[in-house]
Amino acid sequence: MTNDTSRRTFVLSAVALAGTALVPLDAQALTEERARTLVAQVVREINQTIESSGSQAAVIRKFEQIFQRYADVSIIARSTLGADARRASNAQMQAFTNAFRGYITRKYGKRFDEFRGGRIEVNSVREVKSWHEVSATAYLPGQSPFEVRFLVSDKSGQDKFFDMVVEGISLRLSEREEIGAMLDQRNGDIDALIQALQNAG
Amino acid sequence: MLPVIHPSFRRLAPLVALIGVTVLAACAGGQPDAQAGRGTFDPYEEQNREVHAFNKDFDRKLVRPVSKGYDAAVPDDIEGAILRFSDNTSLPGAIVNNILQLNMKAAIEDTARLVVNTTVGLGGLFDPATEMGMPAASDADFGQTLHVWGAGEGAYIELPVLGPSTQRDTFGTVVDVFTNPLRYVLNDPSRAINRGTSVAKGLTRRSRFSDTIDEVLYDSADSYAQSRSIYLQGRRFELGGTGGETYTDPYEDDGSTAVMEDPYDQ
Repeated sequence: MTNDTSRRTFVLSAVALAGTALVPLDAQALTEERARTLVAQVVREINQTIESSGSQAAVIRKFEQIFQRYADVSIIARSTLGADARRASNAQMQAFTNAFRGYITRKYGKRFDEFRGGRIEVNSVREVKSWHEVSATAYLPGQSPFEVRFLVSDKSGQDKFFDMVVEGISLRLSEREEIGAMLDQRNGDIDALIQALQNAG
Repeated sequence: MLPVIHPSFRRLAPLVALIGVTVLAACAGGQPDAQAGRGTFDPYEEQNREVHAFNKDFDRKLVRPVSKGYDAAVPDDIEGAILRFSDNTSLPGAIVNNILQLNMKAAIEDTARLVVNTTVGLGGLFDPATEMGMPAASDADFGQTLHVWGAGEGAYIELPVLGPSTQRDTFGTVVDVFTNPLRYVLNDPSRAINRGTSVAKGLTRRSRFSDTIDEVLYDSADSYAQSRSIYLQGRRFELGGTGGETYTDPYEDDGSTAVMEDPYDQ
């Protein structure tokens, strides 16, 4: 138990020192505390954003920062591309990841505005396969509370979330369907997909 | 004769094995939780896409504009009361399904909610049950009952007007019409009111989630595939089949495997 407490103290002080939830990866594997800390930080920033009375543009900018800092954008991007990621060159993957980041930010940042006046609470953490699943509840005005799960992994070298699942609907899997359809429409041309993504969302 | 039969049997062996595997797979599909990890089974995609095109057209020309008009014309308080009334009338059918599922806890909770909202809530126009902190409505339906009984999800089906469904849920939807006790209790004008409020409920939902629905139908690259994916993910979650184990590890996944893996198939 002492071990647990000291680890928690270590994590908390590391967070306090760094002023961020991005605990540098050490020999220790991702723990429940660290996964919870990451999501608590994400949720706190989301709550601050949806409490604020900033313009929609400000909300989108804030969402972009949160997504950039706490989500593993490159693995989400790679995963939405599916098997086609294997035939993409490094330069194409880089360009695709950047275009994907902008697309997601515009698409979901816009919707973030609907969260205004609401709040999110973190409930529980559990280990699933190689990652941790942090469950939270969103309370939005005029709607029944709903569940949001964050899938957190440290495999990128940092603690980041690689999926957000709202009432069972995964952002990553839904975008995989969308990106796949966009690629099909362009006969599998990855460069054309990147170009289209830069204007989508 | 034996040497003659032997080689022909050997030729048949793979076929027999294949049939065996198919039968096994069909049985596995019948287990309540085994289907959670399944991908998309859509053998009727061609017909489904035609229905989808019709539904989209129906939404663009009728449902979407009418829902906007309804939302603008009817005061929010009244819209809310109609929605609550319609929710309340759906409880008897849910109770029947809870009983069929032997889920007595939910049956009792739904019954308590029905009693409170019908009496204190003036026939369901108000929702004192929620204000009193009573458990949320179970929303049980016959598709869910079939799932509990062990029926597999079947193929994906997009129904005209009603939208995304599966073979199992389509069958469930039809059965629900007949197992709803109100059907046998209500006289003609009440039944018409009931039907009217269901339509109103649909319009309120269409306008309340307008941005989300518009995005899926009109902004996505392939609205058919997108709505299919969202429906199946949401429905499987609702039926309690999707835990975190249904997701693959993207850090190991090279994208060549199915989108969802079967947790029992490892």
